[in-house]
Amino acid sequence: MAAVSGLVRRPLRQVSGLLKRRFHRTAPAALQVTVRDAINQGMDEELERDEKVFLLGEEVAQYDGAYKVSRGLWKKYGDKRIIDTPISEMGFAGIAVGAAMAGLRPICEFMTFNFSMQAIDQVINSAAKTYYMSGVAAQHSQCFAAWYGHCPGLKVVSPWNSEDAKGLIKSAIRDNNPVVVLENELMYGVPFEFPPEAQSKDFLVPIGKAKIERQGTHITVVSHSRPVGHCLEAAAVLSKEGVECEVINMRTIRPMDMETIEASVMKTNHLVTVEGGWPQFGVGAEICARIMEGPAFNFLDAPAVRVTGADVPMPYAKILEDNSIPQVKDIIFAIKKTLNI
Amino acid sequence: MRKMLAAVSRVLSGASQKPASRVLVASRNFANDATFEIKKCDLHRLEEGPPVTTVLTREDGLKYYRMMQTVRRMELKADQLYKQKIIRGFCHLCDGQEACCVGLEAGINPTDHLITAYRAHGFTFTRGLSVREILAELTGRKGGCAKGKGGSMHMYAKNFYGGNGIVGAQVPLGAGIALACKYNGKDEVCLTLYGDGAANQGQIFEAYNMAALWKLPCIFICENNRYGMGTSVERAAASTDYYKRGDFIPGLRVDGMDILCVREATRFAAAYCRSGKGPILMELQTYRYHGHSMSDPGVSYRTREEIQEVRSKSDPIMLLKDRMVNSNLASVEELKEIDVERSLEPGRWRMQ
Repeated sequence: MAAVSGLVRRPLRQVSGLLKRRFHRTAPAALQVTVRDAINQGMDEELERDEKVFLLGEEVAQYDGAYKVSRGLWKKYGDKRIIDTPISEMGFAGIAVGAAMAGLRPICEFMTFNFSMQAIDQVINSAAKTYYMSGVAAQHSQCFAAWYGHCPGLKVVSPWNSEDAKGLIKSAIRDNNPVVVLENELMYGVPFEFPPEAQSKDFLVPIGKAKIERQGTHITVVSHSRPVGHCLEAAAVLSKEGVECEVINMRTIRPMDMETIEASVMKTNHLVTVEGGWPQFGVGAEICARIMEGPAFNFLDAPAVRVTGADVPMPYAKILEDNSIPQVKDIIFAIKKTLNI
Repeated sequence: MRKMLAAVSRVLSGASQKPASRVLVASRNFANDATFEIKKCDLHRLEEGPPVTTVLTREDGLKYYRMMQTVRRMELKADQLYKQKIIRGFCHLCDGQEACCVGLEAGINPTDHLITAYRAHGFTFTRGLSVREILAELTGRKGGCAKGKGGSMHMYAKNFYGGNGIVGAQVPLGAGIALACKYNGKDEVCLTLYGDGAANQGQIFEAYNMAALWKLPCIFICENNRYGMGTSVERAAASTDYYKRGDFIPGLRVDGMDILCVREATRFAAAYCRSGKGPILMELQTYRYHGHSMSDPGVSYRTREEIQEVRSKSDPIMLLKDRMVNSNLASVEELKEIDVERSLEPGRWRMQ
């Protein structure tokens, strides 16, 4: 166009200007998808792809899901594939495992993961000992990463953003092992940019691989689920002070991607772990133990520090609740302490 | 012709026989089949029950006899091996209950499904694994069906889902397998077994509810051997009518020591489920000679007299033998040979 406008005489400059202006396009708005919709998409695609996949749980069908995660699926797939269960966690978790043992691919939803405690025997003793099951659940007020991560025979994933949510649930459904998917209920309504790859029906996030959300040189910050967002916020604040954090989104709790974490620690020489769960016997404790057992230990310039939820049952009052989970300031504090600044 | 067929079938089944007796047996004229009366089942929410007479062919009779005797001998062998510390860990034996596993198998197809709890050796055999694979598993060998990693409570076969250690947990699993049967639309049913002790587990009632709600082709089977470990049924259950405990699910109470009764009841129950009417419940009244497990002598909570009485009056193998001999379906010698063949003494033991 530029070549053409060069040939045009003065009187036509207005026209050429107009023509040129038409080609000044604003960049298209990046597709934004909430975590809830991403999970919905992932399940929808897998239900369509494989006849053997079905969803069962309380209120997943006619109610569209207690958190609307399964909205529209019952209308599309009907009673056979989307099943409302009575309030019988132990019973329907067992039914899901039994159906999986007989060759189907159930998605068993626990309305909140607290309710899954009723069924923990079926998840741990029945599912963890057999192959085919995909487990889906929402976190309620407690992080179950440590509970289920403790158990051999299970895979445990913990998505943070929409891309994670969709990719991980699709991988979970296709995996021949029982997979516990720890969705964070507070993230359902949060929109994230959805890259073009994620919009494909074959988009998968591999289980067992962490993602470096932000490159950095001074310190490694490892986290999973909602706290990943807080870590990125903390990193942004610290960047202004000249501290560059490398933020790792674990994505999978079990099997843990220690390689990525170790490589990062060997680069930055400092480590902070961040999780929403309780401190004792938690994800951070496991990471620290493994760092000590591996090659990265000799690269640490300071002891690793864990940022965790408070060692109390989740309190009711909002201000107490807010202070029971790691906040951005807690993360910044831990990072500065580790770096001795 | 019949004699020739009998002789041929014996050869094919690999039975080792002294030539003299083969001639002796082959010269007898056996009945091809006989009709027997069987006990009427108590019914719950059912207008009609299984038939009260049944026809047993000589061939089937010999097959059932052989299978029950194999299970009996295998369990006794396991007892011996356990005492020699060649089998270790948990070991729950089912001798006395042979009519249950053999009778159930006789009433269903190999394409149907079965799941039970930990007293599972008999079912592992009737569902198709060989004695060798089972004993190898029990003795922790890699030739075992779970390569030695599972042991007594975790043996699996095609359409047999174990072998489950957590009491009662297998019942929702069985309902799930039944859900898969319905989902796949192949007319298969799932036999979901549990004991009189497990019958009081809450998750079983959750499974009853969902199975009835969704009309799952699930046959719930309570194998009532009168004792949950050391607790007799009267001391554990407010209602010992286990066949009624499914409430809205129809049920029948079956003489679990009579293999023909078990077979007919199973056929009836399977037909019920296959017709799409939903789940049904069977209580098999049976008895175990051994204690709960190998670490339980089994006499602190029941009397030796009781055990002896059942052995002498209701032993399932004896009952079948008497029936067959009395109606000329088989001879005493013939059955004795099967006893010997199945005795698992060194050199005599044959692979299934």
